[in-house]
Amino acid sequence: MKVREPLISELSSPGRRGVRFPEPDVPTTPLPKGLARADLPLPEVSEVDVVRHYTRLSHFNHAVDINFYPLGSCTMKYNPKINEALARLPGFTEIHPFQPPETVQGALRLMYELQEALKKITGFAACSLQPAAGAHGELTGVHMIWAYHHDRGDTARTKILVPDSAHGTNPASSAMSGFKVVEIPSDDRGNIDLEALKAECDETVAGLMLTNPNTLGLFEEHLLEVVELVHSVGGLVYGDGANLNALLGIARPGDLGFDVMHLNLHKTFSTPHGGGGPGSGPVVCAPHMADYLPGPIVVETEPATDEMPPMYGFEFPKKSIGRVKSFYGHFGVMVKAFAYIAMLGEYGLRQVAEDAVLNANYLRVRLQDAYRIPYNRICKHEFVAEGRWKDAPGVRALDIAKRIMDFGFHPPTNYFPLIVHEALMIEPTETESKETLDAFADAMLQIAEEAHTNPEILRTAPHNTPFGRVDEVKAAKELILKWQDAQS
Amino acid sequence: MFSPLTPRERQSMLEAIGVQKMDDLFQDVPREYRYPRLNLAPPMTEMEVAEELRLLSEDNETARDLACFLGAGAYHHYIPAAVDAILSRGEYYTAYTPYQPEISQGTLQALFEYQSMICALTGMEVSNASHYDGATAVAEAAIMAYHVFRGKRPKVVFSPSLNPQYRATARTYTQGTPVRYAGDELPPDAPPEALLEEVDDQTALVMVQYPDFFGRIYDFTKLAEEVHARGALFGIAVNPLALGLLKPPGEMGADIVTGEGQPLGIPLSFGGPYLGIFATRKKFVHKMAGRLVGQTVDNRGQRAYVLTLSAREQHIRRARATSNICSNQGLMTLASAVYLSLLGKEGLREVAELNYHKAHYAAHRLAALPGYELLFPNTPFFNEFALKCPEPVAEINRHLLEHDILGGYDLGQDYPELQNVMLIAVTEMNPREEIDLLVDTLAEVSR
Repeated sequence: MKVREPLISELSSPGRRGVRFPEPDVPTTPLPKGLARADLPLPEVSEVDVVRHYTRLSHFNHAVDINFYPLGSCTMKYNPKINEALARLPGFTEIHPFQPPETVQGALRLMYELQEALKKITGFAACSLQPAAGAHGELTGVHMIWAYHHDRGDTARTKILVPDSAHGTNPASSAMSGFKVVEIPSDDRGNIDLEALKAECDETVAGLMLTNPNTLGLFEEHLLEVVELVHSVGGLVYGDGANLNALLGIARPGDLGFDVMHLNLHKTFSTPHGGGGPGSGPVVCAPHMADYLPGPIVVETEPATDEMPPMYGFEFPKKSIGRVKSFYGHFGVMVKAFAYIAMLGEYGLRQVAEDAVLNANYLRVRLQDAYRIPYNRICKHEFVAEGRWKDAPGVRALDIAKRIMDFGFHPPTNYFPLIVHEALMIEPTETESKETLDAFADAMLQIAEEAHTNPEILRTAPHNTPFGRVDEVKAAKELILKWQDAQS
Repeated sequence: MFSPLTPRERQSMLEAIGVQKMDDLFQDVPREYRYPRLNLAPPMTEMEVAEELRLLSEDNETARDLACFLGAGAYHHYIPAAVDAILSRGEYYTAYTPYQPEISQGTLQALFEYQSMICALTGMEVSNASHYDGATAVAEAAIMAYHVFRGKRPKVVFSPSLNPQYRATARTYTQGTPVRYAGDELPPDAPPEALLEEVDDQTALVMVQYPDFFGRIYDFTKLAEEVHARGALFGIAVNPLALGLLKPPGEMGADIVTGEGQPLGIPLSFGGPYLGIFATRKKFVHKMAGRLVGQTVDNRGQRAYVLTLSAREQHIRRARATSNICSNQGLMTLASAVYLSLLGKEGLREVAELNYHKAHYAAHRLAALPGYELLFPNTPFFNEFALKCPEPVAEINRHLLEHDILGGYDLGQDYPELQNVMLIAVTEMNPREEIDLLVDTLAEVSR
């Protein structure tokens, strides 16, 4: 087995040190008997070992800072550098969550103003910044739906409706909250099937989880009817905010009739994905849901006077579902989103949505002759193509995804949504230039050509990356999940 | 502002699409709701927003400006400069979840190293690639234990000295499900064995904390044996920094170890983002929630890493997944992997011992003040201890703040029987002079 970069443990040399701490400046106390550990099997390396190791490893990553990342439903937009600098201000990083409110008025004001901005952008009445990520926001929202019904003595509502095009987190969040999940099929235009929805709408519906635009990148054509239908049987409509980038300044989900919704600051509001996190998934809601929000949330505790700005503090909503994590949410992420919104303002946000939609449609049109696009009409921020051809039977979406890496691009999301065969879900975002889109489209067209003329180059791709295709079966079978397993 | 398209390019792209104007792309949005006024503040330039946020940040008094003795789940520690140097690399922080292993080996190998070091620290067999924080990790532990017994044991026993926010979070998570909780109505001075009264054939999990919320350290080996004898799982929520010094929970018989990873190189940041540690035994790996990295090879014969056992996860199993978790704390695992590598075998022990010695010096001096006493004088502790005060904690803290001291956490907020009891944390960041200042200032209160 060739090793491209050793594990940090393999760089270890007994007695080597990376960082030292001062000698104790107080009298020492004997360690507790029987409670001290005998051995601490951590690496022994120097600072230069550590820095070079993790820098070399970083070269094996694709990232937004390197090139295009057209990953559908993930909104891999550029992450402005100023946001990183601001989140690292010592006045933000070195404050303890339990400090008295009067010592953290700057942080509280930032959170308050972010709550207000998110309410204005989405058209909702209330906001909690606590949820840590999108799925966490969903769980929060579904719990709020449960609490809303139970508070009214309406305990017979046991099911949540979820379209078959939904992200896996929607059914998972509903099931985790104790609901029965009922899947609603899509119609032949990619909308939620109205007749199927009607058939499930009864007194046992707690709510519908709806992503709009949906994961095909299409705005629900019967949205207002869908919302009305669910409301008419006493259900609530949950909005999955994963695709909000298409609607900034275009339409507000609160106006469209949604009851509660999560936002992904790490998608729509430019905070980086961090190789898997941290995200931030604030929940916004209509007035009738506000009392159930998780807490604490930031409120004005003393109004402004002529001489003094307002004072801010924390409060639990009256009938709160409780807390969904420690403290108040991912404050460090909030700083970045706050700066982003402040720099864009109202028309800047609308430009974000317009350019994101423009870029997606431009790519759709450039690819539509070479790739089948099952729901081919004006899309919003993303679209879904099929990665298969009848006359190129050996090629799958996976092969296309791997081949596109050879051109320096991250692949589109593949095999999702589940309702499209061999799906390739493409979301360019607004931060890409026409040149980048053209280069990507050219590469995709070349790959479509190769699929017919040289399928082997696809099936064995990628070729120009530091690593080739990995053996997933071996990983799942051998379950080497730490370096200690590899040694034994 | 961050979009590079020019008006001319926009027009040419609209033409390529076959429409006239931008609005033609939004005809499916109901007209009466299209283009609402948002009433946001006018946009700022980068230069202006930098100044605005600098001023806002200076409205906060920091744990560096003040002498900080606050802990209770978040701790002020030194973070070596190399941690942020690595975290600031765009190759890491602007990458997505490593679903494409061929171009994500940096993130994947770093995660594998994180998992390995968490296993080394905790003495457990398997670590996942993180939960959101220490609280949600406990919630996921409760849910996992419930599923290990296929719903036949719906009861979870929480120690009263498990962080109150962790317990509250678990209760929110399982609202609407059959999971119920017991144990934490016991008084905080009940010995750990008192939990056994609640452990019956309905119990899936007994969860304690180490060091506990009051800073105390117990050897749970016997308790774990008793819990296992009753057929339940035993879980321990840890402060991972303390494990630089303390016997690992794996050696005490823990089935699940959770933890708040913030002390491992992650700044206080007003409560987040932090890091949820979750480790367990290999036999439960299929029941565990969260992402997991495994070792394999690529088709060129190179050692490589990949997300594995994803059939547990929501994007594959949907409503039948072990959890809904998707985004986790990827970048925070990198911070802690770099931190643990830099400190290593000797450094982590050194910093843990510094915390221990300084906290004991503080406790020793404070206990000698008239009017003050340690709430648990005979129980070993790590870097935090409960101090009984002569006045309400809020009043004492107001006085301390006048002397630029952030006093300890008011335990009366969570434990009504602990009025006038302050939880004081001392770390390597508190020089002796700060501790002496705290002692002298508290002495004024008792006079």
